[in-house]
Amino acid sequence: MKKASLLMILGSVLLLGLFVFPLWNIELGAPQYPEPLGIDIYINGLQGQNEFDIQNIDGLNHYIGMKTLPKPEDMWEFTVFPLVIGVMVFLGVLLGVLGYTNKISYKWFFGWFILMSALGVLGMYDFNAWLVDYGTNLDPKAILKLANPDGTPMSYKPPLLGHQKMLNFDAYSYPRLGAYLMFVGMCLTLIAGYLGWRYKKINGTKQQN
Amino acid sequence: MKKYKYYLMAIIGVALVFSGCGNGGTKGSSNGALGSSAAEKVYVAPGQQDEFYAFLSGGYSGNLTVYGLPSGRMFKEIPVFSQFPTSGYGYSEETKPMLNTSFGFVPWDDAHHPDISQTNGELDGRWIFINGNNTPRIARISLSTFETEEIIEIPNSAGNHSSSFITENTEYVVAGTRFSVPVPQRDMPINEYKSNFKGALTFISVEPEHGQLDIKFQLLMPGFNYDLSHPGRGDSHGWFFFTTYNTEEANSLMEVNSSQNDKDFIAAVNWKKIEEYVNSGGGTKMAADYAHNVYDEGTHTGTTTMKKEVLTVDPTKVPGAVFFLPTPKSPHGCDVDPSGQYIIGNGKLSADLTVHSFDKMIAAIDGKKFDGEAYGIPILKFEDVLAGTVKSGGLGPLHTEFDGQGNAYTTFFISSEVVKWKLGTWEVVDRKPTFYSVGHLMIPGGNSRKPFGKYVVAMNKITKDRYLPTGPEMEHSAQIYDISGEKMELIYDFPTHGEPHYAAGCPAELLAPNSKKIYRLDDNKHPYAVANPSEARVERNGKEVHIYMSTIRSHFTPDNIEGIKVGDEVYFHITNHEQDFDVPHGFSIIGQNTSELLVMPGQTKTSIWKPKKVGVWPFYCTDFCSALHQEMQGYVRVSPANSNLELSWSLGED
Ligand SMILES: [Cu+2]
Repeated sequence: MKKASLLMILGSVLLLGLFVFPLWNIELGAPQYPEPLGIDIYINGLQGQNEFDIQNIDGLNHYIGMKTLPKPEDMWEFTVFPLVIGVMVFLGVLLGVLGYTNKISYKWFFGWFILMSALGVLGMYDFNAWLVDYGTNLDPKAILKLANPDGTPMSYKPPLLGHQKMLNFDAYSYPRLGAYLMFVGMCLTLIAGYLGWRYKKINGTKQQN
Repeated sequence: MKKYKYYLMAIIGVALVFSGCGNGGTKGSSNGALGSSAAEKVYVAPGQQDEFYAFLSGGYSGNLTVYGLPSGRMFKEIPVFSQFPTSGYGYSEETKPMLNTSFGFVPWDDAHHPDISQTNGELDGRWIFINGNNTPRIARISLSTFETEEIIEIPNSAGNHSSSFITENTEYVVAGTRFSVPVPQRDMPINEYKSNFKGALTFISVEPEHGQLDIKFQLLMPGFNYDLSHPGRGDSHGWFFFTTYNTEEANSLMEVNSSQNDKDFIAAVNWKKIEEYVNSGGGTKMAADYAHNVYDEGTHTGTTTMKKEVLTVDPTKVPGAVFFLPTPKSPHGCDVDPSGQYIIGNGKLSADLTVHSFDKMIAAIDGKKFDGEAYGIPILKFEDVLAGTVKSGGLGPLHTEFDGQGNAYTTFFISSEVVKWKLGTWEVVDRKPTFYSVGHLMIPGGNSRKPFGKYVVAMNKITKDRYLPTGPEMEHSAQIYDISGEKMELIYDFPTHGEPHYAAGCPAELLAPNSKKIYRLDDNKHPYAVANPSEARVERNGKEVHIYMSTIRSHFTPDNIEGIKVGDEVYFHITNHEQDFDVPHGFSIIGQNTSELLVMPGQTKTSIWKPKKVGVWPFYCTDFCSALHQEMQGYVRVSPANSNLELSWSLGED
């Protein structure tokens, strides 16, 4: 159980990477942008891949009536996400310590993992909803109004994951280091739960010292 | 009768020689582009970039043009001492001071010799310097913004030709006078030239960090013509060499009268010695009038300071600092090889090249082997300093560059060719024709200790029959030779702008990564800049109206302005709010008498408009900036001079 608890601590601590590294990145390339424009998405706000990318993306997007990219104060997510991650890291470490001292069972580790997964899915859902709003909720006075072949207004929603052609732009949306660290961290907590379960199975109810 | 025939042949020969063409034999000598795979050597595929930058001076166009090698594609024209149709006049209200001189506003010059800054004798790519001959000036151009940042006028100088060459750590830029003149200028009979006129060789210090220019001292030399110059390097670092002609000191019919002496001089100047002399209080301060113009990148504005004094040095007061090296026959080019050992003087009226040895010169000076003196300056014995002679068989040698492999390349104006020869053995290795009448040639870094000897660019004065004719006048031409092999190979020729007088080149990787893409708006310190469109406004101050305007794709803020009156002086101060590479906006208004503007991202520029007629007058963006560029426009309402209409301005209000 000691090894499992240490993994639990390490796994949840890896989530702290989200405070330093971007979670996600959306990149827009086009022939006239040989150096693509890009947005790095952090849990507490957006940053240009290059210094003036946000301004330049906003400049382009105003032709199709997209809103300007949100500042941290424009979205509750940028305040809540850091809190949620902070709390989850704290909880994870606490559970690890309690496990180490045999105060709790491995099941708590699974519990943490399930909660974290649920929050992650909610986060992705929220992120996708924002992309939909951003890409389809356009200014009715937009300069360019483009329609799909079937007559419905064109959506400029970037893909949640992967590549999509949008007019002359190639949009790429992929996780970045923060997300990978979170993924590895969650894997570790899952392994921690498994190790705890196996330990329990081998040692039965025998008390460990 | 026989005698007659000889005369006739001689005349025909001379006529051919001076027309500088000699088409006859040259055409068949090439196998054509395909046969030699020349096309492959210069082809830079779409999306690919050139290996070298080449900066060609525009001669009488007063500017500097930027080309790529080996493609010969022109990338940019940098206005220096010139007006510039591409952006109206080439200067805004802010940059007009850059063209101030003690003679007033002089927006033209004859720009000849660019030279790139160096550290330890190698190109460092920070600045490029160039001279203005006519109203003597030296300009410094930034190689990150490719804009002229500084121009200093040279007093007591005339025909600033043996310029702007720099020492190996960019300690000094030299501005040598071609014409000697009375110093200080005064009203005196021209035919009393001899011993009354002086030739000023001006040493301008370059502040190491920001490059600011300052005249450190002027050496007042005998009244010869100082034609070209070159700094020493390596062992000869600390010396500067100047070719002279008209050592006869003739003042009329110079063509004949200044070609009488069999030998003129190369003046060798130990500037370190003079620097010491000056630093310890030597020299004489002389009243002088000259302009010093500096452009500030933060305020996007140039300012002029009128200077009143210059420090002059009499060479005879600094023993051991200046010597004359006899050199046949009206030498023009003065070139020092990358090691600093050989000083090449090309006698433009001779067939041979004279090469002096720096070590021999020092030995001769130490041994005091003098052959008389001129105006108190010791003349060394020709035989004592001569390293060798290149018997070329060409005519009218002008300029020499080096490939860093022990080879030198000399242009011959009269026989229109480039001749390759070996340093040390003085043997001719190869020769190739040029089309036609070649002046300077350039090897990237050829002016430094580390040449990049892959290409040589020959710059020609006459272009006839090379390109489709365009009436009596054609652009001059440049030709690129591949010099990576033993034999030179002509691989491309291309038209140039103005007179491609001389050039400087360097590897692209030295400049491209440092090239500025935008001006940062948050660094903009222009007093009339608007940092945010919400600060855009119009203010009246008597008859002056200042419009603080911002631009972004695709509108001006504000775009409707009312309350302007006939007789007002309207200042449009336009700040471009783009922070994206290569997105300038233009500005122009109907009836504008000054300049159309191109404002770079993050920059502020001013244009003055004096409305003469009542009406509603449009203004618009002149740079095709975006899909809605045509909509980038606005109106100014102009009311009668006695109107009481208040100033108002708006954007997007109905
Ligand atoms: Cu525009």
